[in-house]
Amino acid sequence: MINPIIEFRQVEYQISTISQPILSRVSLQIHGGETIALLGRSGSGKTTLLKLINGLRQVSSGAVLVQGRDVRDWDIIRLRRGIGYVIQETGLFPHLTVRENVCLVPHLENWTADRVTSRYAEVLQSVGLSPALYSQRHPRELSGGQRQRVGVARALAADPEILLMDEPFGALDPVTRAELQREFLALKRNLSKTVVFVTHDVREALLLGTRVVLLDSGRIIAEATPQEFVRLAHPVARNFLAAAELATGTPE
Amino acid sequence: MSSLEFIVSHRSEVLAATREHLILVLISMAIAAAIGVPLGLVIVGHPRLRAVALAVASVLQTIPSLALFGFLIPLPFIGGIGAHTAIVALVLYALLPILRNTYVGLTSVDPAILEAAEGMGMTPEQILFRVRLPLASSVIMAGIRTAAVITIGVATIAAAIGAGGLGTFIFRGVAMVSDAVILAGAIPAAILALLADFLLGLLERRLRVT
Repeated sequence: MINPIIEFRQVEYQISTISQPILSRVSLQIHGGETIALLGRSGSGKTTLLKLINGLRQVSSGAVLVQGRDVRDWDIIRLRRGIGYVIQETGLFPHLTVRENVCLVPHLENWTADRVTSRYAEVLQSVGLSPALYSQRHPRELSGGQRQRVGVARALAADPEILLMDEPFGALDPVTRAELQREFLALKRNLSKTVVFVTHDVREALLLGTRVVLLDSGRIIAEATPQEFVRLAHPVARNFLAAAELATGTPE
Repeated sequence: MSSLEFIVSHRSEVLAATREHLILVLISMAIAAAIGVPLGLVIVGHPRLRAVALAVASVLQTIPSLALFGFLIPLPFIGGIGAHTAIVALVLYALLPILRNTYVGLTSVDPAILEAAEGMGMTPEQILFRVRLPLASSVIMAGIRTAAVITIGVATIAAAIGAGGLGTFIFRGVAMVSDAVILAGAIPAAILALLADFLLGLLERRLRVT
Protein backbone atom coordinates (compact mmCIF):
# COMPACT_ATOMS: atom_id res chain seq x y z
CA MET A 1 0.00 0.00 0.00
CA ILE A 2 1.42 3.35 -1.04
CA ASN A 3 1.47 6.00 1.67
CA PRO A 4 -1.15 8.70 1.30
CA ILE A 5 0.15 12.14 0.32
CA ILE A 6 -2.39 13.81 2.63
CA GLU A 7 -3.98 12.15 5.61
CA PHE A 8 -6.53 13.30 8.18
CA ARG A 9 -6.49 11.28 11.40
CA GLN A 10 -9.46 11.67 13.71
CA VAL A 11 -9.48 15.43 13.16
CA GLU A 12 -11.51 17.68 15.40
CA TYR A 13 -11.70 21.40 14.84
CA GLN A 14 -13.58 23.84 16.98
CA ILE A 15 -13.20 27.52 17.63
CA SER A 16 -14.33 27.44 21.26
CA THR A 17 -15.12 24.60 23.63
CA ILE A 18 -18.73 25.71 24.09
CA SER A 19 -19.68 25.85 20.42
CA GLN A 20 -20.44 22.99 18.04
CA PRO A 21 -17.29 21.60 16.48
CA ILE A 22 -16.75 22.71 12.89
CA LEU A 23 -15.15 19.38 12.05
CA SER A 24 -15.65 16.20 13.99
CA ARG A 25 -13.96 12.79 13.75
CA VAL A 26 -12.71 13.40 10.24
CA SER A 27 -10.43 10.72 8.85
CA LEU A 28 -9.46 10.70 5.22
CA GLN A 29 -6.58 9.48 3.09
CA ILE A 30 -5.71 11.19 -0.17
CA HIS A 31 -3.30 9.52 -2.55
CA GLY A 32 -0.96 11.01 -5.10
CA GLY A 33 -2.64 11.93 -8.38
CA GLU A 34 -6.17 11.92 -6.99
CA THR A 35 -8.60 14.79 -7.51
CA ILE A 36 -10.70 15.02 -4.39
CA ALA A 37 -13.93 16.99 -4.46
CA LEU A 38 -14.95 18.18 -1.00
CA LEU A 39 -18.67 18.60 -1.45
CA GLY A 40 -20.99 20.14 1.09
CA ARG A 41 -23.37 22.96 1.86
CA SER A 42 -22.24 26.29 3.28
CA GLY A 43 -21.03 25.74 6.83
CA SER A 44 -20.41 22.03 6.36
CA GLY A 45 -16.73 22.52 7.19
CA LYS A 46 -15.31 21.83 3.73
CA THR A 47 -13.26 25.02 3.45
CA THR A 48 -11.91 24.51 6.96
CA LEU A 49 -10.87 20.99 5.99
CA LEU A 50 -8.96 22.43 3.03
CA LYS A 51 -7.24 25.07 5.17
CA LEU A 52 -6.03 22.44 7.62
CA ILE A 53 -3.85 21.06 4.83
CA ASN A 54 -1.80 24.23 4.33
CA GLY A 55 -1.90 25.23 7.96
CA LEU A 56 -4.22 28.22 7.63
CA ARG A 57 -6.20 26.48 10.39
CA GLN A 58 -4.84 24.15 13.07
CA VAL A 59 -6.58 21.04 14.35
CA SER A 60 -8.01 21.08 17.87
CA SER A 61 -7.18 17.39 18.16
CA GLY A 62 -6.15 14.61 15.83
CA ALA A 63 -3.60 15.21 13.12
CA VAL A 64 -3.18 16.22 9.49
CA LEU A 65 -0.22 14.66 7.71
CA VAL A 66 1.22 15.94 4.46
CA GLN A 67 3.71 13.61 2.77
CA GLY A 68 3.77 11.56 5.92
CA ARG A 69 4.66 14.41 8.22
CA ASP A 70 2.39 16.18 10.69
CA VAL A 71 1.57 19.71 9.52
CA ARG A 72 2.63 20.95 12.98
CA ASP A 73 6.12 19.53 12.39
CA TRP A 74 6.53 21.17 9.00
CA ASP A 75 8.27 24.49 8.50
CA ILE A 76 4.99 26.15 7.65
CA ILE A 77 6.49 28.44 4.98
CA ARG A 78 8.15 25.45 3.24
CA LEU A 79 4.94 23.46 3.41
CA ARG A 80 2.86 26.25 1.89
CA ARG A 81 5.32 27.00 -0.89
CA GLY A 82 5.05 23.38 -1.92
CA ILE A 83 1.27 23.57 -2.12
CA GLY A 84 -0.56 25.59 -4.78
CA TYR A 85 -3.52 27.51 -3.40
CA VAL A 86 -6.37 28.87 -5.50
CA ILE A 87 -9.28 30.78 -4.03
CA GLN A 88 -12.16 32.70 -5.56
CA GLU A 89 -11.11 35.68 -7.65
CA THR A 90 -10.35 37.97 -4.72
CA GLY A 91 -7.09 36.10 -4.17
CA LEU A 92 -5.02 37.88 -6.83
CA PHE A 93 -2.96 40.80 -5.58
CA PRO A 94 -4.57 43.89 -7.12
CA HIS A 95 -1.37 45.98 -7.00
CA LEU A 96 0.68 43.45 -8.95
CA THR A 97 0.60 42.66 -12.65
CA VAL A 98 -0.34 39.23 -13.96
CA ARG A 99 3.32 38.36 -14.31
CA GLU A 100 4.19 39.57 -10.80
CA ASN A 101 1.26 37.63 -9.37
CA VAL A 102 2.21 34.43 -11.16
CA CYS A 103 5.93 34.70 -10.44
CA LEU A 104 5.60 35.63 -6.79
CA VAL A 105 6.45 32.27 -5.23
CA PRO A 106 9.27 31.50 -7.71
CA HIS A 107 10.74 34.91 -6.80
CA LEU A 108 10.41 34.23 -3.09
CA GLU A 109 12.15 30.94 -3.76
CA ASN A 110 15.00 32.83 -5.44
CA TRP A 111 14.68 31.22 -8.84
CA THR A 112 16.99 32.64 -11.50
CA ALA A 113 15.47 35.26 -13.82
CA ASP A 114 15.68 32.92 -16.83
CA ARG A 115 13.95 30.11 -15.02
CA VAL A 116 11.18 32.46 -13.80
CA THR A 117 10.67 33.81 -17.33
CA SER A 118 10.38 30.41 -18.95
CA ARG A 119 8.14 29.09 -16.17
CA TYR A 120 5.86 32.13 -16.49
CA ALA A 121 5.40 31.49 -20.20
CA GLU A 122 4.83 27.81 -19.56
CA VAL A 123 2.14 28.14 -16.90
CA LEU A 124 0.31 30.96 -18.64
CA GLN A 125 0.09 28.90 -21.82
CA SER A 126 -1.09 25.92 -19.80
CA VAL A 127 -4.11 27.92 -18.62
CA GLY A 128 -4.80 29.22 -22.12
CA LEU A 129 -3.53 32.78 -21.82
CA SER A 130 -0.93 34.54 -23.96
CA PRO A 131 2.14 35.21 -21.76
CA ALA A 132 3.12 38.39 -23.62
CA LEU A 133 -0.37 39.83 -23.88
CA TYR A 134 -1.17 39.57 -20.19
CA SER A 135 2.18 40.08 -18.53
CA GLN A 136 1.74 43.80 -17.73
CA ARG A 137 -1.98 43.76 -17.02
CA HIS A 138 -3.44 44.18 -13.57
CA PRO A 139 -6.20 41.94 -12.20
CA ARG A 140 -8.77 44.74 -12.52
CA GLU A 141 -8.24 44.74 -16.31
CA LEU A 142 -9.18 41.07 -16.60
CA SER A 143 -12.53 39.32 -16.85
CA GLY A 144 -13.59 36.93 -14.10
CA GLY A 145 -12.58 33.91 -16.15
CA GLN A 146 -9.18 35.39 -16.97
CA ARG A 147 -8.59 36.23 -13.31
CA GLN A 148 -9.37 32.67 -12.35
CA ARG A 149 -7.00 31.35 -15.01
CA VAL A 150 -4.27 33.58 -13.63
CA GLY A 151 -5.09 32.28 -10.15
CA VAL A 152 -4.55 28.71 -11.34
CA ALA A 153 -1.34 29.70 -13.17
CA ARG A 154 -0.05 31.34 -9.99
CA ALA A 155 -0.78 28.23 -7.96
CA LEU A 156 1.04 26.06 -10.51
CA ALA A 157 4.03 28.39 -10.91
CA ALA A 158 6.37 26.78 -8.40
CA ASP A 159 5.34 23.33 -9.66
CA PRO A 160 3.82 22.08 -6.41
CA GLU A 161 2.79 18.46 -5.96
CA ILE A 162 -0.43 19.43 -4.27
CA LEU A 163 -3.03 21.91 -5.46
CA LEU A 164 -5.75 23.20 -3.12
CA MET A 165 -8.69 24.99 -4.69
CA ASP A 166 -11.41 26.72 -2.70
CA GLU A 167 -14.48 27.05 -4.92
CA PRO A 168 -12.21 27.99 -7.80
CA PHE A 169 -14.97 28.42 -10.35
CA GLY A 170 -17.68 29.57 -7.95
CA ALA A 171 -17.80 33.22 -8.95
CA LEU A 172 -18.01 32.63 -12.71
CA ASP A 173 -20.95 32.69 -15.08
CA PRO A 174 -22.14 29.22 -16.16
CA VAL A 175 -20.60 29.36 -19.64
CA THR A 176 -17.17 30.48 -18.43
CA ARG A 177 -17.36 27.97 -15.60
CA ALA A 178 -18.01 25.08 -18.01
CA GLU A 179 -15.12 26.27 -20.16
CA LEU A 180 -12.72 26.40 -17.22
CA GLN A 181 -13.89 23.04 -15.95
CA ARG A 182 -13.12 21.46 -19.33
CA GLU A 183 -9.73 23.12 -19.39
CA PHE A 184 -9.06 21.98 -15.85
CA LEU A 185 -9.72 18.37 -16.87
CA ALA A 186 -7.35 18.70 -19.82
CA LEU A 187 -4.74 20.34 -17.61
CA LYS A 188 -5.12 17.65 -14.97
CA ARG A 189 -4.45 14.93 -17.55
CA ASN A 190 -1.09 16.48 -18.33
CA LEU A 191 -0.01 17.08 -14.75
CA SER A 192 0.56 14.47 -12.12
CA LYS A 193 -0.72 16.62 -9.29
CA THR A 194 -2.85 15.81 -6.32
CA VAL A 195 -5.79 18.20 -6.27
CA VAL A 196 -8.19 18.88 -3.41
CA PHE A 197 -11.00 21.24 -4.27
CA VAL A 198 -14.00 22.56 -2.41
CA THR A 199 -17.36 22.95 -4.10
CA HIS A 200 -21.04 23.13 -3.30
CA ASP A 201 -21.89 22.21 -6.89
CA VAL A 202 -22.51 18.47 -7.18
CA ARG A 203 -22.14 18.58 -10.98
CA GLU A 204 -18.70 20.10 -10.62
CA ALA A 205 -17.75 17.53 -7.98
CA LEU A 206 -18.81 14.64 -10.23
CA LEU A 207 -17.21 16.13 -13.34
CA LEU A 208 -13.82 17.01 -11.89
CA GLY A 209 -13.36 14.69 -8.94
CA THR A 210 -11.88 11.22 -9.10
CA ARG A 211 -13.37 10.84 -5.64
CA VAL A 212 -16.15 12.83 -3.99
CA VAL A 213 -16.07 13.40 -0.25
CA LEU A 214 -19.42 14.54 1.09
CA LEU A 215 -19.45 16.64 4.26
CA ASP A 216 -22.38 17.53 6.42
CA SER A 217 -22.24 19.43 9.73
CA GLY A 218 -18.52 18.83 10.09
CA ARG A 219 -18.52 15.10 9.39
CA ILE A 220 -17.64 13.07 6.38
CA ILE A 221 -20.82 11.19 5.55
CA ALA A 222 -19.77 9.61 2.28
CA GLU A 223 -16.73 8.94 0.12
CA ALA A 224 -17.39 7.67 -3.35
CA THR A 225 -16.24 7.72 -6.93
CA PRO A 226 -18.50 9.79 -9.18
CA GLN A 227 -20.01 6.54 -10.55
CA GLU A 228 -20.84 5.33 -7.05
CA PHE A 229 -21.93 8.73 -5.81
CA VAL A 230 -25.00 8.97 -8.04
CA ARG A 231 -26.30 5.72 -6.51
CA LEU A 232 -25.75 6.71 -2.87
CA ALA A 233 -28.78 6.27 -0.65
CA HIS A 234 -27.75 8.77 2.02
CA PRO A 235 -30.41 11.49 2.25
CA VAL A 236 -27.85 14.34 2.06
CA ALA A 237 -26.37 12.84 -1.10
CA ARG A 238 -29.89 12.34 -2.52
CA ASN A 239 -30.68 15.99 -1.76
CA PHE A 240 -27.64 17.16 -3.64
CA LEU A 241 -28.42 14.92 -6.59
CA ALA A 242 -32.08 15.82 -6.61
CA ALA A 243 -31.27 19.54 -6.53
CA ALA A 244 -29.08 19.05 -9.58
CA GLU A 245 -31.61 16.63 -11.13
CA LEU A 246 -28.95 13.94 -11.32
CA ALA A 247 -30.63 11.26 -9.20
CA THR A 248 -30.67 7.79 -10.74
CA GLY A 249 -33.34 5.47 -9.42
CA THR A 250 -35.12 5.88 -6.14
CA PRO A 251 -33.56 4.54 -2.97
CA GLU A 252 -35.70 2.29 -0.79
CA MET B 1 -1.98 100.36 0.38
CA SER B 2 -3.63 97.20 -0.94
CA SER B 3 -2.20 93.84 0.05
CA LEU B 4 -1.26 93.10 -3.56
CA GLU B 5 0.75 96.31 -3.73
CA PHE B 6 2.35 95.44 -0.41
CA ILE B 7 3.29 91.95 -1.61
CA VAL B 8 4.73 93.30 -4.84
CA SER B 9 6.73 95.99 -3.12
CA HIS B 10 7.98 93.58 -0.47
CA ARG B 11 8.30 90.60 -2.82
CA SER B 12 11.81 89.61 -1.80
CA GLU B 13 10.81 89.52 1.89
CA VAL B 14 7.61 87.61 1.08
CA LEU B 15 9.56 85.14 -1.03
CA ALA B 16 12.17 84.67 1.69
CA ALA B 17 9.44 84.10 4.29
CA THR B 18 7.69 81.65 1.95
CA ARG B 19 10.94 79.74 1.51
CA GLU B 20 11.47 79.69 5.27
CA HIS B 21 7.91 78.50 5.75
CA LEU B 22 8.29 75.77 3.19
CA ILE B 23 11.53 74.52 4.74
CA LEU B 24 9.90 74.46 8.18
CA VAL B 25 7.00 72.42 6.77
CA LEU B 26 9.17 70.05 4.73
CA ILE B 27 11.48 69.23 7.63
CA SER B 28 8.54 68.73 10.00
CA MET B 29 6.65 66.56 7.52
CA ALA B 30 9.71 64.45 6.77
CA ILE B 31 10.24 63.76 10.47
CA ALA B 32 6.53 63.17 11.12
CA ALA B 33 6.33 60.67 8.25
CA ALA B 34 9.55 59.01 9.34
CA ILE B 35 8.02 58.46 12.79
CA GLY B 36 4.33 58.04 11.91
CA VAL B 37 4.53 55.43 9.15
CA PRO B 38 6.91 53.00 10.92
CA LEU B 39 5.00 53.48 14.18
CA GLY B 40 1.80 52.66 12.26
CA LEU B 41 3.43 49.46 10.96
CA VAL B 42 4.40 48.49 14.50
CA ILE B 43 1.05 49.16 16.19
CA VAL B 44 -0.85 46.94 13.73
CA GLY B 45 0.57 43.93 15.52
CA HIS B 46 0.56 45.37 19.05
CA PRO B 47 -2.95 46.24 20.29
CA ARG B 48 -1.80 47.67 23.62
CA LEU B 49 0.81 49.94 22.05
CA ARG B 50 -1.77 50.92 19.44
CA ALA B 51 -4.21 52.20 22.08
CA VAL B 52 -1.48 54.22 23.78
CA ALA B 53 0.05 55.64 20.58
CA LEU B 54 -3.28 56.69 19.07
CA ALA B 55 -4.44 58.19 22.38
CA VAL B 56 -1.24 60.20 22.82
CA ALA B 57 -1.34 61.42 19.22
CA SER B 58 -5.00 62.39 19.61
CA VAL B 59 -4.35 64.31 22.83
CA LEU B 60 -1.42 66.16 21.22
CA GLN B 61 -3.75 67.21 18.42
CA THR B 62 -6.21 68.76 20.90
CA ILE B 63 -3.63 71.08 22.51
CA PRO B 64 -4.11 74.58 21.07
CA SER B 65 -1.11 75.24 18.85
CA LEU B 66 -0.07 78.50 20.47
CA ALA B 67 -0.16 76.77 23.88
CA LEU B 68 1.94 73.87 22.58
CA PHE B 69 4.59 76.29 21.32
CA GLY B 70 4.49 77.96 24.74
CA PHE B 71 4.88 74.66 26.58
CA LEU B 72 7.91 73.72 24.52
CA ILE B 73 9.92 76.90 25.05
CA PRO B 74 11.12 76.12 28.61
CA LEU B 75 12.01 72.49 27.80
CA PRO B 76 15.70 71.58 27.61
CA PHE B 77 17.13 70.31 24.30
CA ILE B 78 13.91 70.38 22.27
CA GLY B 79 12.69 73.74 23.58
CA GLY B 80 13.86 77.32 23.39
CA ILE B 81 13.26 80.08 20.89
CA GLY B 82 13.59 79.37 17.18
CA ALA B 83 12.88 77.02 14.34
CA HIS B 84 13.82 73.76 16.04
CA THR B 85 11.17 74.20 18.73
CA ALA B 86 8.63 74.99 16.04
CA ILE B 87 9.61 71.82 14.19
CA VAL B 88 9.02 69.71 17.30
CA ALA B 89 5.55 71.18 17.69
CA LEU B 90 4.71 70.75 14.00
CA VAL B 91 5.87 67.13 14.05
CA LEU B 92 3.62 66.41 17.05
CA TYR B 93 0.66 67.93 15.19
CA ALA B 94 1.32 66.07 11.97
CA LEU B 95 1.69 62.72 13.71
CA LEU B 96 -1.96 61.84 14.29
CA PRO B 97 -3.26 61.92 10.69
CA ILE B 98 -0.20 60.00 9.45
CA LEU B 99 -0.28 57.43 12.23
CA ARG B 100 -4.03 56.92 12.04
CA ASN B 101 -4.14 56.61 8.26
CA THR B 102 -1.21 54.19 8.26
CA TYR B 103 -3.01 52.02 10.78
CA VAL B 104 -6.38 52.24 9.02
CA GLY B 105 -4.81 51.62 5.61
CA LEU B 106 -2.96 48.54 6.78
CA THR B 107 -5.94 47.05 8.61
CA SER B 108 -8.47 47.65 5.84
CA VAL B 109 -6.77 45.36 3.30
CA ASP B 110 -9.17 42.63 2.15
CA PRO B 111 -8.69 39.65 4.51
CA ALA B 112 -9.12 37.23 1.58
CA ILE B 113 -6.03 38.73 -0.07
CA LEU B 114 -4.06 38.42 3.16
CA GLU B 115 -5.10 34.81 3.54
CA ALA B 116 -4.11 34.09 -0.05
CA ALA B 117 -0.69 35.58 0.68
CA GLU B 118 -0.36 33.48 3.82
CA GLY B 119 -1.54 30.36 2.01
CA MET B 120 1.09 30.90 -0.69
CA GLY B 121 3.81 30.75 1.92
CA MET B 122 4.70 34.42 2.34
CA THR B 123 6.29 35.24 5.69
CA PRO B 124 4.61 37.84 7.93
CA GLU B 125 7.28 40.39 6.92
CA GLN B 126 6.75 39.68 3.22
CA ILE B 127 2.99 40.05 3.65
CA LEU B 128 3.48 43.36 5.45
CA PHE B 129 5.93 44.90 3.00
CA ARG B 130 4.84 43.35 -0.29
CA VAL B 131 1.09 43.18 0.15
CA ARG B 132 -0.26 45.27 3.02
CA LEU B 133 1.95 48.33 2.68
CA PRO B 134 1.54 48.75 -1.11
CA LEU B 135 -2.23 48.28 -0.79
CA ALA B 136 -2.36 50.80 2.06
CA SER B 137 -0.11 53.38 0.36
CA SER B 138 -2.93 55.51 -1.00
CA VAL B 139 -4.62 55.75 2.42
CA ILE B 140 -1.25 56.55 4.03
CA MET B 141 -0.68 59.26 1.41
CA ALA B 142 -4.10 60.71 2.27
CA GLY B 143 -2.92 61.01 5.86
CA ILE B 144 0.29 62.72 4.78
CA ARG B 145 -1.76 65.11 2.67
CA THR B 146 -4.03 66.02 5.58
CA ALA B 147 -0.98 66.47 7.81
CA ALA B 148 0.73 68.70 5.23
CA VAL B 149 -2.26 71.03 4.96
CA ILE B 150 -2.53 71.25 8.77
CA THR B 151 1.22 71.85 9.12
CA ILE B 152 1.27 74.68 6.57
CA GLY B 153 -1.47 76.43 8.55
CA VAL B 154 -0.05 75.81 12.02
CA ALA B 155 3.45 76.80 10.88
CA THR B 156 2.26 80.43 10.60
CA ILE B 157 1.97 80.45 14.41
CA ALA B 158 5.59 79.34 14.68
CA ALA B 159 6.57 82.95 14.03
CA ALA B 160 5.37 83.67 17.58
CA ILE B 161 8.39 81.79 18.95
CA GLY B 162 10.82 83.26 16.47
CA ALA B 163 10.80 80.49 13.89
CA GLY B 164 10.21 82.86 10.99
CA GLY B 165 8.08 81.95 8.01
CA LEU B 166 4.92 83.55 6.68
CA GLY B 167 3.53 83.97 10.18
CA THR B 168 5.97 86.84 10.61
CA PHE B 169 3.80 88.99 8.32
CA ILE B 170 0.62 87.89 10.04
CA PHE B 171 1.86 88.79 13.52
CA ARG B 172 3.32 92.04 12.25
CA GLY B 173 0.06 92.85 10.49
CA VAL B 174 -1.95 92.16 13.64
CA ALA B 175 0.33 94.46 15.62
CA MET B 176 0.09 97.16 12.94
CA VAL B 177 -3.68 96.60 12.46
CA SER B 178 -2.93 96.27 8.75
CA ASP B 179 -4.93 93.84 6.65
CA ALA B 180 -2.47 94.29 3.81
CA VAL B 181 0.43 93.02 5.91
CA ILE B 182 -1.64 90.13 7.38
CA LEU B 183 -2.65 89.08 3.88
CA ALA B 184 0.96 89.22 2.70
CA GLY B 185 1.47 86.24 5.04
CA ALA B 186 -1.96 84.64 4.77
CA ILE B 187 -2.27 84.56 0.98
CA PRO B 188 1.02 82.78 0.26
CA ALA B 189 0.25 80.33 3.13
CA ALA B 190 -3.16 79.60 1.62
CA ILE B 191 -1.61 79.10 -1.82
CA LEU B 192 0.97 76.71 -0.34
CA ALA B 193 -1.77 74.73 1.38
CA LEU B 194 -3.83 74.48 -1.81
CA LEU B 195 -0.80 73.45 -3.83
CA ALA B 196 0.22 70.80 -1.31
CA ASP B 197 -3.34 69.49 -1.21
CA PHE B 198 -3.49 69.31 -5.01
CA LEU B 199 -0.08 67.73 -5.59
CA LEU B 200 -0.34 65.18 -2.79
CA GLY B 201 -3.87 64.44 -3.99
CA LEU B 202 -2.46 63.54 -7.40
CA LEU B 203 0.08 61.26 -5.77
CA GLU B 204 -2.62 59.66 -3.65
CA ARG B 205 -4.72 58.86 -6.72
CA ARG B 206 -1.71 57.39 -8.49
CA LEU B 207 -1.12 55.05 -5.57
CA ARG B 208 -4.73 53.93 -5.41
CA VAL B 209 -5.32 50.33 -6.46
CA THR B 210 -8.79 49.21 -7.39
